[in-house]
Amino acid sequence: MKQGSTRGLPGWRFAQGVGALAGVVMAIALYMAFVYAPADALQGDVQRIFYLHVPMAWVAFLAFFVTFIGGIGYLWKRHRGWDQLARASAEIGLVFTTIVLLSGSLWGKPIWGTWWTWDARLTTTLLLWFIYLAYFMLRSYVSDPERAARYAAVLGIFGFIDVPIIYKSVDWWRTLHPGPVVSTGGAAMPGSMVVTLLVALAATTLIYAYMLYQRFWIERTKDEIADYHYRLYERQLAREMREGASV
Amino acid sequence: MRRELGRIYAVAWKDLLSEIRTKEMFGGMAVFALLTIITFNFAFDLTGVDRAASGAGALWVAISFAAMLGLGRSIAVERDRGSLDGLLLCPVDRGVLYLGKLLSNLIFILLVEAISVPVFGALYDLPIYRPTLLLGLLLGTIGFAGIGTLFAVMASTTRAREILFPVLLFPVAVPVVIATVRVASMTLSGTTGDVGRWLNLLVGFDVVFLTIAFLVFDRIVEE
Amino acid sequence: MSDTRLRGAPPDLAPTSAPPSVRTVGVTKRYGRRGVLRGITLTVQPGERVALLGPNGAGKTTLLRILATLSRPTSGTVEIAGFRPDRDAQAVRSRLGVVAHQSYLYDDLTAEENLRFYARMYAVEDAAARIDEVLERVGLAGWRRERVRTFSRGMQQRLALARAMLHRPSVLLLDEPDSALDRAGVRILARLVEEHAAAGGTTVLTTHDLGLGLEVADRVVLLQQGQVVLDAPAADLDVAEIERRLGYR
Repeated sequence: MKQGSTRGLPGWRFAQGVGALAGVVMAIALYMAFVYAPADALQGDVQRIFYLHVPMAWVAFLAFFVTFIGGIGYLWKRHRGWDQLARASAEIGLVFTTIVLLSGSLWGKPIWGTWWTWDARLTTTLLLWFIYLAYFMLRSYVSDPERAARYAAVLGIFGFIDVPIIYKSVDWWRTLHPGPVVSTGGAAMPGSMVVTLLVALAATTLIYAYMLYQRFWIERTKDEIADYHYRLYERQLAREMREGASV
Repeated sequence: MRRELGRIYAVAWKDLLSEIRTKEMFGGMAVFALLTIITFNFAFDLTGVDRAASGAGALWVAISFAAMLGLGRSIAVERDRGSLDGLLLCPVDRGVLYLGKLLSNLIFILLVEAISVPVFGALYDLPIYRPTLLLGLLLGTIGFAGIGTLFAVMASTTRAREILFPVLLFPVAVPVVIATVRVASMTLSGTTGDVGRWLNLLVGFDVVFLTIAFLVFDRIVEE
Repeated sequence: MSDTRLRGAPPDLAPTSAPPSVRTVGVTKRYGRRGVLRGITLTVQPGERVALLGPNGAGKTTLLRILATLSRPTSGTVEIAGFRPDRDAQAVRSRLGVVAHQSYLYDDLTAEENLRFYARMYAVEDAAARIDEVLERVGLAGWRRERVRTFSRGMQQRLALARAMLHRPSVLLLDEPDSALDRAGVRILARLVEEHAAAGGTTVLTTHDLGLGLEVADRVVLLQQGQVVLDAPAADLDVAEIERRLGYR
């Protein structure tokens, strides 16, 4: 019964299309990951986690890039639509980063014999996770939503620009203590694996796009509910003051 | 331009003058840094041959924790006393206020280093008076204080600012920590081959983040 | 000899051609779901002395903070002496002298050092002479080398007044300036505001003391729930009505 209102949203039909497409492509990606792609010569079936892990990492990074752009947009234009975009994307990015860290651990345990290694990519991902966790802590610790949006925008900009610097520094730091190498080098990968990875990447990107659309409208609706409460209170107050004046 | 420099100096000067009279912040920070260095002695064996590598880490952890205390306090004091509003009322670009607070914070931290680095060198018998080590420390301190000053202002208006401040600061400051510690440990262990790239990284970090902080400070202090 | 300078209004501020000292149109301020100001439209001409009255939570302090450029209105426009804070903030700030609940002073600096710092920030030309003047004015000349920490609240408030006048602002914004003052302090305050007005300067002050408001101001604006509910010359004011509205009776 509530669907009547959501259908009115701009781009709703298109988003539904994207969502359906995401489902179809994801189904294909899963089939390819488990059936079509060959088992890795060295790692066996465990390597199939790669088709979840790598696309998630790339898309998480894309999500934080969108948050970065949203932050710049908000600080520049002061229009809260930018902030709604930024926080919607940061949330998906944080969830995806969590999945990346967990799936990486699950993959690392049988292959490297350890849940964790201080490799540049892992370390950078972990720090990224902490930065965007701080992003949401910051938001929840500031009571004025307008101020929270400004602060979050700043952290979103700092965090994103910091990523390549963190990566470089951890990379150089590790060169003295070489850890296990994660890279499943593109050249060594059979063509079927590359195709499967690309399909999985497409599926993950579509899921991100669909979730971003949903999250964005939820965030927007939250703000509109707050506006509504504000207006309701204002109207009630105006009535009270009128009545008070006429007494 | 000259007038703006004078104002940056004035903002830092009133902090330094207050500090010279009370010695509250500097005393606390220095004692804390020394205690951290000593505590590390119990946590790790810093007397062995590889103390050059781990000692550098202990030194920077001590300095960065003390710096964090000082940064948080220097902003919280302005906020609680209301004098931050007094600064914001002045017909002065907000970037000037940022640079002024950064300058005084930086001087405090460098003074703490001036005490704790020689003590550290003496306690662990390490040759710390090397130009590259000191340069790395200086560059790292600038970067740390640069983002620290901005984040401390952000944290100061929030609930639980003492908790939020390190949570904001430390992940973003990781490259500074790594680079500074690498420069120090490479210098101490005498393998200074690619110390240059770390110093470059520190310079890059400082330039990028101080510029952004300078630009966004205006948006942080408005209400 | 220094009186004309102290009064602070720029010599070119001729009452006829000058823009209003304060002009707000439909200013609102909202924090999340909570509204604080609800459409404040107010014009204050050069030379006017306006007392902002209202119960706690009426939005007096928020309005003053917006006029002082410390806070941005959620909607509506503000002009100070013809300049808009969102476009020409420094022009606005250099024309404002502000006294608030907090003194904006540094405890461990002396009275003189505090003023010297702010003189530098406001680029006051003849700083030394001007500092002598304002300290004399608020009766703290004898304490100039004492640290602010040793001052009583009332003395700090006087020094805050001196700080606010230091750069010869044309508009004084005073948020409960009488809160910590003794009778002598209140007399100094009243005289300063009067002299400021005589020189063409404008004052907007908030107070809980209706007596002081009526004594110092020539116009009274009553705020309630973030709205202007009364705006009248102080001379033809029904004191009993105001007191009833403020809940004093």
